[in-house]
Amino acid sequence: MSSSADSSSWPLWEVFIRGSRGLSHVHAGSLHAPDATMAIRNARDLYTRRNEGTSVWVVPAEAIMASDPDSKGGYFESAQGKSYRHATYYTQSEGVKHL
Amino acid sequence: MSPQNHQHAPLRLADEADAAAARDEAESGQHRFDEIIADDSRIEPRDWMPESYRKSLVRQVSQHAHSEIIGMQPEGNWISRAPSLKRKAILMAKVQDEAGHGLYLYSAAETLGTPREDMYDQLYSGKAKYSSIFNYPARTWADVGAIGWLVDGAAIVNQVPLCRASYGPYGRAMVRICKEESFHQRQGWEILYSLSHGTQEQREMAQAAVDRFYGPALQMFGPPDGDSPNSQQSMAWNIKRFTNDELRQRFVDMIVPQVEALGLTLPDPELKWNEERGHYDFAELDWDEFFAVIKGNGPLSRQRLEHYRSARDEGAWVREAAVAYANRVSQEQDRDQAALIGA
Ligand SMILES: [Fe+2]
Ligand SMILES: [Fe+2]
Repeated sequence: MSSSADSSSWPLWEVFIRGSRGLSHVHAGSLHAPDATMAIRNARDLYTRRNEGTSVWVVPAEAIMASDPDSKGGYFESAQGKSYRHATYYTQSEGVKHL
Repeated sequence: MSPQNHQHAPLRLADEADAAAARDEAESGQHRFDEIIADDSRIEPRDWMPESYRKSLVRQVSQHAHSEIIGMQPEGNWISRAPSLKRKAILMAKVQDEAGHGLYLYSAAETLGTPREDMYDQLYSGKAKYSSIFNYPARTWADVGAIGWLVDGAAIVNQVPLCRASYGPYGRAMVRICKEESFHQRQGWEILYSLSHGTQEQREMAQAAVDRFYGPALQMFGPPDGDSPNSQQSMAWNIKRFTNDELRQRFVDMIVPQVEALGLTLPDPELKWNEERGHYDFAELDWDEFFAVIKGNGPLSRQRLEHYRSARDEGAWVREAAVAYANRVSQEQDRDQAALIGA
Protein backbone atom coordinates (compact mmCIF):
# COMPACT_ATOMS: atom_id res chain seq x y z
CA MET A 1 0.00 0.00 0.00
CA SER A 2 0.95 3.62 -0.29
CA SER A 3 3.19 4.98 2.45
CA SER A 4 2.26 7.30 5.29
CA ALA A 5 4.16 10.24 3.81
CA ASP A 6 1.73 10.36 0.90
CA SER A 7 0.89 13.75 -0.52
CA SER A 8 -2.48 13.50 1.16
CA SER A 9 -0.81 13.86 4.52
CA TRP A 10 0.29 17.24 3.20
CA PRO A 11 -2.05 19.91 4.58
CA LEU A 12 -4.99 21.22 2.55
CA TRP A 13 -4.76 24.74 1.12
CA GLU A 14 -7.57 26.84 -0.30
CA VAL A 15 -6.60 28.71 -3.46
CA PHE A 16 -7.72 32.21 -4.44
CA ILE A 17 -6.94 33.73 -7.83
CA ARG A 18 -6.99 37.35 -9.01
CA GLY A 19 -8.27 37.07 -12.56
CA SER A 20 -6.81 40.37 -13.71
CA ARG A 21 -5.70 43.68 -12.30
CA GLY A 22 -8.57 45.54 -10.64
CA LEU A 23 -10.45 42.39 -9.59
CA SER A 24 -10.62 40.70 -6.20
CA HIS A 25 -9.11 37.30 -5.53
CA VAL A 26 -11.80 34.65 -5.99
CA HIS A 27 -11.85 31.14 -4.57
CA ALA A 28 -10.72 28.66 -7.26
CA GLY A 29 -10.47 25.37 -5.37
CA SER A 30 -8.09 23.57 -3.08
CA LEU A 31 -4.97 21.45 -3.18
CA HIS A 32 -2.52 19.63 -0.94
CA ALA A 33 1.05 20.80 -0.51
CA PRO A 34 3.76 20.39 2.14
CA ASP A 35 4.29 24.14 2.60
CA ALA A 36 3.14 27.56 1.39
CA THR A 37 5.82 27.89 -1.31
CA MET A 38 4.87 24.57 -2.90
CA ALA A 39 1.18 25.36 -2.48
CA ILE A 40 1.60 28.56 -4.51
CA ARG A 41 3.57 26.75 -7.22
CA ASN A 42 1.06 23.94 -7.43
CA ALA A 43 -1.79 26.45 -7.50
CA ARG A 44 -0.18 28.18 -10.47
CA ASP A 45 0.14 24.89 -12.36
CA LEU A 46 -3.30 23.68 -11.37
CA TYR A 47 -5.47 26.78 -11.65
CA THR A 48 -3.72 29.16 -14.07
CA ARG A 49 -2.71 27.12 -17.12
CA ARG A 50 -4.52 29.54 -19.43
CA ASN A 51 -3.79 33.02 -18.11
CA GLU A 52 -6.57 32.76 -15.56
CA GLY A 53 -4.63 34.73 -13.00
CA THR A 54 -2.22 37.55 -12.21
CA SER A 55 -1.91 36.71 -8.52
CA VAL A 56 -2.44 33.69 -6.28
CA TRP A 57 -3.28 33.44 -2.58
CA VAL A 58 -3.10 30.18 -0.68
CA VAL A 59 -4.62 29.85 2.79
CA PRO A 60 -4.36 26.83 5.10
CA ALA A 61 -7.88 25.38 4.96
CA GLU A 62 -7.93 24.97 8.73
CA ALA A 63 -7.37 28.72 9.17
CA ILE A 64 -10.72 29.57 7.56
CA MET A 65 -13.61 30.29 9.90
CA ALA A 66 -17.10 30.02 8.45
CA SER A 67 -20.61 31.02 9.44
CA ASP A 68 -23.02 28.22 10.24
CA PRO A 69 -24.63 26.64 7.19
CA ASP A 70 -28.09 27.99 6.44
CA SER A 71 -30.03 24.97 7.71
CA LYS A 72 -31.26 26.94 10.71
CA GLY A 73 -32.08 29.99 8.61
CA GLY A 74 -31.77 32.93 11.02
CA TYR A 75 -28.29 34.28 10.47
CA PHE A 76 -28.88 36.18 7.25
CA GLU A 77 -32.60 36.77 7.69
CA SER A 78 -32.29 40.31 9.01
CA ALA A 79 -31.59 41.56 5.51
CA GLN A 80 -34.89 40.18 4.28
CA GLY A 81 -37.86 42.52 4.44
CA LYS A 82 -35.52 45.48 4.23
CA SER A 83 -36.03 46.24 0.59
CA TYR A 84 -35.75 49.96 1.47
CA ARG A 85 -32.01 49.39 1.46
CA HIS A 86 -32.19 49.04 -2.31
CA ALA A 87 -32.64 51.93 -4.76
CA THR A 88 -35.41 50.00 -6.53
CA TYR A 89 -37.65 50.47 -3.44
CA TYR A 90 -38.08 54.17 -4.30
CA THR A 91 -40.45 54.63 -7.25
CA GLN A 92 -41.79 58.20 -7.02
CA SER A 93 -38.81 59.47 -8.97
CA GLU A 94 -39.62 57.39 -12.03
CA GLY A 95 -39.09 59.44 -15.17
CA VAL A 96 -36.97 62.03 -13.36
CA LYS A 97 -33.53 62.02 -14.94
CA HIS A 98 -30.22 61.24 -13.24
CA LEU A 99 -31.97 60.09 -10.05
CA MET B 1 -27.55 -0.07 43.05
CA SER B 2 -23.87 0.59 42.71
CA PRO B 3 -22.64 4.16 42.43
CA GLN B 4 -21.67 3.44 38.84
CA ASN B 5 -25.25 2.68 37.93
CA HIS B 6 -26.33 5.97 39.45
CA GLN B 7 -24.03 7.69 37.07
CA HIS B 8 -25.36 5.77 34.12
CA ALA B 9 -28.99 6.77 34.44
CA PRO B 10 -28.64 10.52 33.74
CA LEU B 11 -26.16 9.74 30.99
CA ARG B 12 -28.71 7.62 29.21
CA LEU B 13 -31.21 10.48 29.44
CA ALA B 14 -28.65 12.81 27.90
CA ASP B 15 -28.07 10.26 25.12
CA GLU B 16 -31.78 10.16 24.41
CA ALA B 17 -31.95 13.94 24.34
CA ASP B 18 -29.04 13.98 21.91
CA ALA B 19 -30.71 11.37 19.76
CA ALA B 20 -33.94 13.36 19.70
CA ALA B 21 -32.03 16.52 18.76
CA ALA B 22 -30.27 14.61 15.97
CA ARG B 23 -33.65 13.36 14.71
CA ASP B 24 -35.02 16.92 14.69
CA GLU B 25 -31.97 18.14 12.84
CA ALA B 26 -32.24 15.35 10.28
CA GLU B 27 -35.89 16.14 9.76
CA SER B 28 -35.43 19.88 9.24
CA GLY B 29 -32.25 19.17 7.27
CA GLN B 30 -34.07 16.80 4.93
CA HIS B 31 -36.83 19.37 4.48
CA ARG B 32 -34.34 22.12 3.60
CA PHE B 33 -32.44 19.73 1.31
CA ASP B 34 -35.62 18.77 -0.56
CA GLU B 35 -36.47 22.45 -1.02
CA ILE B 36 -33.05 23.25 -2.44
CA ILE B 37 -33.22 20.33 -4.87
CA ALA B 38 -36.79 21.25 -5.90
CA ASP B 39 -35.63 24.83 -6.59
CA ASP B 40 -32.81 23.40 -8.72
CA SER B 41 -30.43 25.28 -6.44
CA ARG B 42 -27.09 24.06 -5.07
CA ILE B 43 -26.10 22.06 -2.02
CA GLU B 44 -22.85 23.29 -0.46
CA PRO B 45 -20.35 21.30 1.64
CA ARG B 46 -21.54 22.37 5.09
CA ASP B 47 -25.25 21.87 4.34
CA TRP B 48 -27.11 18.95 5.81
CA MET B 49 -27.52 16.22 3.18
CA PRO B 50 -28.85 12.65 3.23
CA GLU B 51 -26.13 10.07 3.80
CA SER B 52 -27.12 8.29 0.58
CA TYR B 53 -26.67 11.52 -1.42
CA ARG B 54 -23.22 12.03 0.11
CA LYS B 55 -22.23 8.44 -0.64
CA SER B 56 -23.47 8.49 -4.24
CA LEU B 57 -21.64 11.73 -4.87
CA VAL B 58 -18.37 10.53 -3.38
CA ARG B 59 -18.61 7.47 -5.60
CA GLN B 60 -19.51 9.44 -8.73
CA VAL B 61 -16.99 12.24 -8.27
CA SER B 62 -14.10 10.02 -7.18
CA GLN B 63 -14.72 7.58 -10.05
CA HIS B 64 -14.68 10.55 -12.36
CA ALA B 65 -11.41 11.75 -10.80
CA HIS B 66 -9.84 8.28 -11.14
CA SER B 67 -10.88 8.22 -14.82
CA GLU B 68 -9.05 11.50 -15.48
CA ILE B 69 -5.93 10.16 -13.76
CA ILE B 70 -5.88 6.76 -15.47
CA GLY B 71 -6.96 8.53 -18.66
CA MET B 72 -3.53 10.12 -18.92
CA GLN B 73 -1.93 6.77 -19.72
CA PRO B 74 -3.10 5.90 -23.27
CA GLU B 75 -1.98 9.28 -24.59
CA GLY B 76 0.94 9.69 -22.20
CA ASN B 77 2.52 6.72 -23.97
CA TRP B 78 2.65 8.76 -27.16
CA ILE B 79 4.28 11.93 -25.84
CA SER B 80 7.78 10.70 -26.63
CA ARG B 81 6.67 9.45 -30.06
CA ALA B 82 4.57 12.39 -31.24
CA PRO B 83 5.35 13.08 -34.93
CA SER B 84 6.45 16.71 -34.44
CA LEU B 85 7.51 19.11 -31.73
CA LYS B 86 4.22 20.97 -32.09
CA ARG B 87 2.14 17.79 -31.68
CA LYS B 88 4.27 16.87 -28.70
CA ALA B 89 3.71 20.21 -26.99
CA ILE B 90 -0.04 19.93 -27.65
CA LEU B 91 -0.21 16.40 -26.30
CA MET B 92 1.73 17.32 -23.17
CA ALA B 93 -0.67 20.21 -22.56
CA LYS B 94 -3.64 17.90 -22.96
CA VAL B 95 -2.29 15.21 -20.66
CA GLN B 96 -1.40 17.88 -18.09
CA ASP B 97 -5.00 19.14 -18.31
CA GLU B 98 -6.25 15.64 -17.50
CA ALA B 99 -4.08 15.57 -14.38
CA GLY B 100 -5.63 18.91 -13.49
CA HIS B 101 -9.14 17.55 -14.04
CA GLY B 102 -8.39 14.69 -11.68
CA LEU B 103 -7.19 17.13 -9.03
CA TYR B 104 -10.21 19.47 -9.39
CA LEU B 105 -12.46 16.47 -8.89
CA TYR B 106 -10.56 15.01 -5.93
CA SER B 107 -10.74 18.46 -4.41
CA ALA B 108 -14.54 18.51 -4.90
CA ALA B 109 -14.96 14.96 -3.54
CA GLU B 110 -12.87 15.82 -0.51
CA THR B 111 -15.38 18.51 0.53
CA LEU B 112 -17.82 15.63 1.17
CA GLY B 113 -15.63 14.42 4.01
CA THR B 114 -13.68 11.61 2.33
CA PRO B 115 -9.93 12.16 2.75
CA ARG B 116 -8.00 12.27 -0.48
CA GLU B 117 -5.68 9.55 0.81
CA ASP B 118 -8.65 7.17 1.01
CA MET B 119 -9.55 7.83 -2.62
CA TYR B 120 -5.94 7.34 -3.75
CA ASP B 121 -5.80 4.10 -1.78
CA GLN B 122 -9.01 2.84 -3.36
CA LEU B 123 -7.56 3.36 -6.81
CA TYR B 124 -4.22 1.88 -5.76
CA SER B 125 -5.81 -1.26 -4.30
CA GLY B 126 -7.95 -1.80 -7.40
CA LYS B 127 -11.18 -1.35 -5.42
CA ALA B 128 -12.19 1.82 -7.22
CA LYS B 129 -13.76 1.89 -10.67
CA TYR B 130 -12.87 4.22 -13.49
CA SER B 131 -14.15 4.63 -17.04
CA SER B 132 -13.44 1.39 -18.90
CA ILE B 133 -12.53 3.24 -22.10
CA PHE B 134 -9.04 3.79 -20.69
CA ASN B 135 -8.40 0.06 -20.59
CA TYR B 136 -8.12 0.09 -24.38
CA PRO B 137 -4.68 0.62 -25.91
CA ALA B 138 -3.64 3.52 -28.15
CA ARG B 139 -1.97 1.46 -30.87
CA THR B 140 -1.16 4.11 -33.44
CA TRP B 141 -0.76 7.88 -33.63
CA ALA B 142 -4.21 7.94 -35.23
CA ASP B 143 -5.61 6.43 -32.04
CA VAL B 144 -4.41 9.55 -30.22
CA GLY B 145 -6.56 11.53 -32.67
CA ALA B 146 -9.55 9.21 -32.22
CA ILE B 147 -9.23 9.43 -28.44
CA GLY B 148 -9.26 13.24 -28.52
CA TRP B 149 -12.15 13.43 -30.95
CA LEU B 150 -14.36 10.55 -29.73
CA VAL B 151 -13.37 9.91 -26.11
CA ASP B 152 -13.03 13.54 -25.09
CA GLY B 153 -16.03 14.30 -27.30
CA ALA B 154 -18.18 11.80 -25.43
CA ALA B 155 -16.81 13.12 -22.14
CA ILE B 156 -17.95 16.63 -23.11
CA VAL B 157 -21.49 15.46 -23.88
CA ASN B 158 -21.52 13.72 -20.50
CA GLN B 159 -20.01 16.63 -18.62
CA VAL B 160 -21.72 19.73 -19.95
CA PRO B 161 -25.01 18.91 -18.15
CA LEU B 162 -23.03 18.20 -14.98
CA CYS B 163 -21.97 21.84 -14.82
CA ARG B 164 -25.47 22.24 -13.33
CA ALA B 165 -25.08 19.35 -10.88
CA SER B 166 -26.80 20.02 -7.56
CA TYR B 167 -23.58 19.72 -5.55
CA GLY B 168 -21.84 23.11 -5.78
CA PRO B 169 -18.17 22.05 -5.72
CA TYR B 170 -18.82 19.32 -8.31
CA GLY B 171 -20.63 21.71 -10.67
CA ARG B 172 -17.86 24.29 -10.34
CA ALA B 173 -15.18 21.68 -11.09
CA MET B 174 -17.16 20.62 -14.15
CA VAL B 175 -17.35 24.20 -15.46
CA ARG B 176 -13.58 24.46 -15.31
CA ILE B 177 -13.16 21.05 -16.95
CA CYS B 178 -15.61 21.72 -19.77
CA LYS B 179 -13.79 24.92 -20.69
CA GLU B 180 -10.62 22.90 -21.21
CA GLU B 181 -12.14 19.86 -22.93
CA SER B 182 -13.09 21.59 -26.15
CA PHE B 183 -9.41 22.05 -26.99
CA HIS B 184 -8.92 18.32 -26.40
CA GLN B 185 -11.65 17.35 -28.81
CA ARG B 186 -10.54 19.75 -31.52
CA GLN B 187 -6.87 18.76 -31.42
CA GLY B 188 -7.92 15.11 -31.77
CA TRP B 189 -10.16 15.89 -34.71
CA GLU B 190 -7.31 17.80 -36.37
CA ILE B 191 -4.91 14.87 -35.97
CA LEU B 192 -7.45 12.71 -37.82
CA TYR B 193 -8.04 15.43 -40.39
CA SER B 194 -4.31 15.63 -41.21
CA LEU B 195 -4.14 11.86 -41.56
CA SER B 196 -7.32 11.50 -43.59
CA HIS B 197 -5.94 14.10 -46.00
CA GLY B 198 -2.53 12.48 -46.16
CA THR B 199 -1.24 9.38 -47.92
CA GLN B 200 -3.39 6.30 -48.52
CA GLU B 201 -1.64 4.59 -45.63
CA GLN B 202 -2.33 7.50 -43.26
CA ARG B 203 -5.94 7.57 -44.35
CA GLU B 204 -6.33 3.89 -43.58
CA MET B 205 -4.68 4.38 -40.23
CA ALA B 206 -7.19 7.12 -39.40
CA GLN B 207 -10.14 4.98 -40.47
CA ALA B 208 -8.90 2.01 -38.44
CA ALA B 209 -8.60 4.19 -35.35
CA VAL B 210 -12.15 5.48 -35.76
CA ASP B 211 -13.35 1.90 -36.26
CA ARG B 212 -11.66 0.84 -33.02
CA PHE B 213 -12.86 3.68 -30.83
CA TYR B 214 -16.41 4.23 -32.08
CA GLY B 215 -18.07 1.43 -30.07
CA PRO B 216 -16.14 1.88 -26.82
CA ALA B 217 -16.72 5.67 -27.01
CA LEU B 218 -20.50 5.16 -27.30
CA GLN B 219 -20.32 2.85 -24.31
CA MET B 220 -18.83 5.63 -22.20
CA PHE B 221 -22.40 6.79 -21.53
CA GLY B 222 -23.01 3.60 -19.56
CA PRO B 223 -25.38 0.68 -20.06
CA PRO B 224 -28.79 1.13 -21.72
CA ASP B 225 -31.34 2.92 -19.51
CA GLY B 226 -33.09 -0.36 -18.67
CA ASP B 227 -29.88 -1.73 -17.14
CA SER B 228 -28.91 1.38 -15.22
CA PRO B 229 -30.54 0.96 -11.80
CA ASN B 230 -29.06 4.02 -10.05
CA SER B 231 -29.96 6.52 -12.76
CA GLN B 232 -33.45 7.34 -11.44
CA GLN B 233 -32.24 8.40 -8.00
CA SER B 234 -29.31 10.35 -9.46
CA MET B 235 -31.68 12.23 -11.76
CA ALA B 236 -34.01 13.02 -8.84
CA TRP B 237 -31.02 14.49 -6.99
CA ASN B 238 -29.88 16.49 -10.02
CA ILE B 239 -26.47 14.84 -10.05
CA LYS B 240 -27.37 13.35 -13.40
CA ARG B 241 -29.37 15.42 -15.85
CA PHE B 242 -30.09 13.13 -18.80
CA THR B 243 -30.31 9.36 -19.17
CA ASN B 244 -27.48 7.29 -20.64
CA ASP B 245 -29.42 6.66 -23.85
CA GLU B 246 -30.36 10.33 -24.29
CA LEU B 247 -26.73 11.37 -24.03
CA ARG B 248 -25.58 8.59 -26.34
CA GLN B 249 -28.11 9.67 -28.96
CA ARG B 250 -26.99 13.27 -28.65
CA PHE B 251 -23.39 12.18 -29.20
CA VAL B 252 -24.18 10.08 -32.28
CA ASP B 253 -26.14 12.97 -33.81
CA MET B 254 -23.14 15.18 -33.18
CA ILE B 255 -20.38 13.01 -34.62
CA VAL B 256 -22.05 11.97 -37.89
CA PRO B 257 -21.50 15.35 -39.60
CA GLN B 258 -18.04 15.50 -37.98
CA VAL B 259 -16.95 12.19 -39.46
CA GLU B 260 -18.25 13.35 -42.83
CA ALA B 261 -16.09 16.46 -42.56
CA LEU B 262 -13.13 14.15 -41.95
CA GLY B 263 -13.96 12.18 -45.08
CA LEU B 264 -14.12 9.00 -42.99
CA THR B 265 -16.98 6.69 -41.96
CA LEU B 266 -18.37 5.25 -38.75
CA PRO B 267 -18.26 1.44 -38.49
CA ASP B 268 -22.00 0.88 -38.26
CA PRO B 269 -23.94 -0.33 -41.35
CA GLU B 270 -27.24 0.37 -39.56
CA LEU B 271 -26.41 4.03 -38.98
CA LYS B 272 -29.18 5.97 -40.72
CA TRP B 273 -31.05 9.26 -40.35
CA ASN B 274 -34.55 8.67 -39.00
CA GLU B 275 -36.79 11.44 -40.30
CA GLU B 276 -39.59 10.58 -37.91
CA ARG B 277 -37.47 10.66 -34.76
CA GLY B 278 -35.26 13.48 -35.95
CA HIS B 279 -32.24 11.42 -34.87
CA TYR B 280 -29.80 8.91 -36.27
CA ASP B 281 -30.62 5.25 -35.70
CA PHE B 282 -27.64 3.13 -34.80
CA ALA B 283 -26.94 -0.53 -34.08
CA GLU B 284 -26.99 -2.16 -30.67
CA LEU B 285 -23.55 -2.10 -29.07
CA ASP B 286 -21.58 -5.08 -27.82
CA TRP B 287 -22.66 -5.01 -24.17
CA ASP B 288 -21.05 -8.35 -23.34
CA GLU B 289 -17.72 -6.80 -24.14
CA PHE B 290 -18.63 -3.71 -22.10
CA PHE B 291 -19.45 -5.68 -18.96
CA ALA B 292 -16.36 -7.85 -19.41
CA VAL B 293 -14.17 -4.75 -19.55
CA ILE B 294 -15.92 -3.27 -16.50
CA LYS B 295 -15.20 -6.47 -14.57
CA GLY B 296 -11.50 -5.92 -15.17
CA ASN B 297 -11.03 -7.97 -18.33
CA GLY B 298 -10.24 -5.05 -20.60
CA PRO B 299 -7.24 -5.37 -22.90
CA LEU B 300 -5.04 -3.30 -20.57
CA SER B 301 -6.92 -3.29 -17.24
CA ARG B 302 -4.06 -4.91 -15.38
CA GLN B 303 -1.37 -2.82 -17.01
CA ARG B 304 -3.12 0.49 -16.29
CA LEU B 305 -3.36 -0.31 -12.60
CA GLU B 306 0.21 -1.58 -12.41
CA HIS B 307 1.46 1.58 -14.06
CA TYR B 308 -0.49 3.74 -11.61
CA ARG B 309 0.96 1.79 -8.68
CA SER B 310 4.53 2.00 -9.86
CA ALA B 311 4.22 5.75 -10.56
CA ARG B 312 2.91 6.20 -7.06
CA ASP B 313 5.53 4.00 -5.43
CA GLU B 314 8.41 5.46 -7.38
CA GLY B 315 7.30 9.01 -6.56
CA ALA B 316 6.99 8.33 -2.83
CA TRP B 317 10.51 9.55 -2.03
CA VAL B 318 9.74 12.93 -3.62
CA ARG B 319 6.68 13.38 -1.44
CA GLU B 320 8.60 12.28 1.63
CA ALA B 321 11.47 14.65 0.86
CA ALA B 322 9.04 17.55 0.46
CA VAL B 323 7.55 16.82 3.88
CA ALA B 324 10.99 16.51 5.48
CA TYR B 325 12.03 19.85 3.97
CA ALA B 326 8.83 21.59 5.08
CA ASN B 327 9.30 20.24 8.62
CA ARG B 328 12.90 21.37 8.78
CA VAL B 329 12.08 24.88 7.59
CA SER B 330 9.25 25.25 10.07
CA GLN B 331 11.48 23.98 12.91
CA GLU B 332 14.13 26.52 11.97
CA GLN B 333 11.53 29.24 11.94
CA ASP B 334 10.29 28.18 15.37
CA ARG B 335 13.87 28.26 16.68
CA ASP B 336 14.52 31.70 15.26
CA GLN B 337 11.26 32.90 16.78
CA ALA B 338 12.22 31.44 20.16
CA ALA B 339 15.65 33.06 19.95
CA LEU B 340 14.06 36.42 19.18
CA ILE B 341 11.70 36.15 22.13
CA GLY B 342 14.57 35.00 24.34
CA ALA B 343 16.60 38.08 23.39
FE1 LIG C 1 -10.54 15.51 -18.75
FE1 LIG D 1 -9.88 15.72 -21.98
